[in-house]
Amino acid sequence: MNALIPGGATSSRLPRGLAGARVTFTRTVSICAVLLLTLLAIVIVTSLFGSEKLPARAALCTLLTLGKTSCGLTANHYAILFDIRLPRILLGAAVGGSLAVAGASYQSLLRNPLAEPYLLGISNGAAVGTMIALVFLGAHEWSRPLLAFVGALAATLVVYRLAQGRTGATPERLILAGVIVTTFLSSAIVFVTTLMDATRIRSFTFWLLGDLSGATSKLLWLALFIAVAGSIVLAAYARSLNLLMLGERDAFDLGVEVSRVRLIVFIVASLLVGSSVASSGSVGYVGLVVPHLVRLSLGSDNRITLPAAAICGAMFVVVADTIARTAIAPRELPVGAITALIGAPLFVYLLRRR
Amino acid sequence: MLEARDITVTYGSRRAVSGVSLTLRPGNVIAVIGPNGAGKSTLLRSLNGALEPATGEIILDERPLTTYSRRSVARRISVVAQEADLRFPVTVFEFVLGGRYAWASNSGWGWETARDVSVASEVLRETQLESLSGRLMNELSGGERQRAVLARALATEAGVLLLDEPTANLDLAHQATILALVRKRCDTRETSALVITHDINLAAEFSDRVLLMKEGSTVAVGPPGDVLTPALLREVFAVEVLVDAHPVSGVPRITPVHQTLR
Repeated sequence: MNALIPGGATSSRLPRGLAGARVTFTRTVSICAVLLLTLLAIVIVTSLFGSEKLPARAALCTLLTLGKTSCGLTANHYAILFDIRLPRILLGAAVGGSLAVAGASYQSLLRNPLAEPYLLGISNGAAVGTMIALVFLGAHEWSRPLLAFVGALAATLVVYRLAQGRTGATPERLILAGVIVTTFLSSAIVFVTTLMDATRIRSFTFWLLGDLSGATSKLLWLALFIAVAGSIVLAAYARSLNLLMLGERDAFDLGVEVSRVRLIVFIVASLLVGSSVASSGSVGYVGLVVPHLVRLSLGSDNRITLPAAAICGAMFVVVADTIARTAIAPRELPVGAITALIGAPLFVYLLRRR
Repeated sequence: MLEARDITVTYGSRRAVSGVSLTLRPGNVIAVIGPNGAGKSTLLRSLNGALEPATGEIILDERPLTTYSRRSVARRISVVAQEADLRFPVTVFEFVLGGRYAWASNSGWGWETARDVSVASEVLRETQLESLSGRLMNELSGGERQRAVLARALATEAGVLLLDEPTANLDLAHQATILALVRKRCDTRETSALVITHDINLAAEFSDRVLLMKEGSTVAVGPPGDVLTPALLREVFAVEVLVDAHPVSGVPRITPVHQTLR
């Protein structure tokens, strides 16, 4: 590990985990490759679990041929695997990746390890957008992610405007502005809920807590595309975010075009949060816990933190959703309840460790 | 070469800096002194483009500062602020490599070149932080951390260094170390530096010229011997001082004479 630090550093107290090694291209690519293979393994394994038991060997066989041969799987089982489970698992991966990478970016940009889409009111903005689409434009499928994005971006810009002081936006002001926007939008959610009929309120409450079962295939592909493209765009600003993490003034002095990078991160993160919320409601704690765990084990360099957070976020939500749909099968829990159950104690532990 | 021509910087209707001119020539160290609120930091922030002057012009290497991109300004002008406030674990080496950002071919998922790494290693040697390069920044002492901040600024290889109270909160030995490093860089590398400091004796010892400011305006500018006089210091700080020659270096030595002692 020390060999990577020129000058032959022999510090007796290297940081925890692998964080002492300087992040290089080779190291980042190999870590991401290992994480991607793990994610793939998790996707395959979790697709075998569910209220309906699938024959493992036949299911694995048909998964490895990407569904081209059925390997003796019955038509019913084949449909469960490819039409119900796999889309849901892929959606979980897209949502988890989106929320984790958005959270990690906000934390660097705002220099606040506790910052995340929910705290800033962005998720609530997206939720209000989705609800307006559901209530007033129910027939148009695309209106949901579109209005969720608009809601998320509007919430972001309002938070940003509110946070602007005479001498610019400080992280503290920004978080406070986020709290104001969050509480305001929560009232808006309650208000729109009262406009719904009684039968929809229950499924809506379920959705609000995070529910991966409702997305159509179009929304699934959109969420997957945005998760991958958004993560790539944010990772492309990783080096700027590394300096922003040390303070806007430092970043500016060292050559970062602070306002441009901030705007891009806001827009891309709003897209990520918007598409997640539109397809699966509010899955909490992902954007907070995953980046923390990644930083603890891999260090703070965003060139590795951002891609690793995206992949680990995907794993986290896929595993959490598997628990959600198997724990009390055939009934289901909202995945957001599981992520919160795992996330909240872990977060307390992280806070106490600091 | 960095030049300010009659610049005025305002916050709303308040003039923080008014009509200040100065020239930073290669090899020169200018110390800026004055009471709190004299506009010293505002002057520094405007010299690297962070604040735009309401009137007047800043010229960097014969071109207006506003015609440079942010990144090319950062390759030419480097700022050392007071201690960095770190909220994420970053190693000293990673921190110092941050100074190479402006030299990267792209801003994002770019990677440091072999040259970036060798420049960073060199400044770590220069600032005697070599053995700490794998440590986390928040494990360092105040003096070490401030040296790391200076190392990062030196890693930019900028020809102009702007230092905003780089020795605040440091003990006697560390104050002198920081300024000696800056002086050495200016003497050997055609670099110029502007240092804001509250320590008039350090200013006298390490600078070629002193800019004395009060309420946003220049009171005097010139060699330490001409500017650090009892009359001018009384005018600016409203305090009586004794000025004699330092027994070793011969530069002016300033001793305040407080009411209670008279």
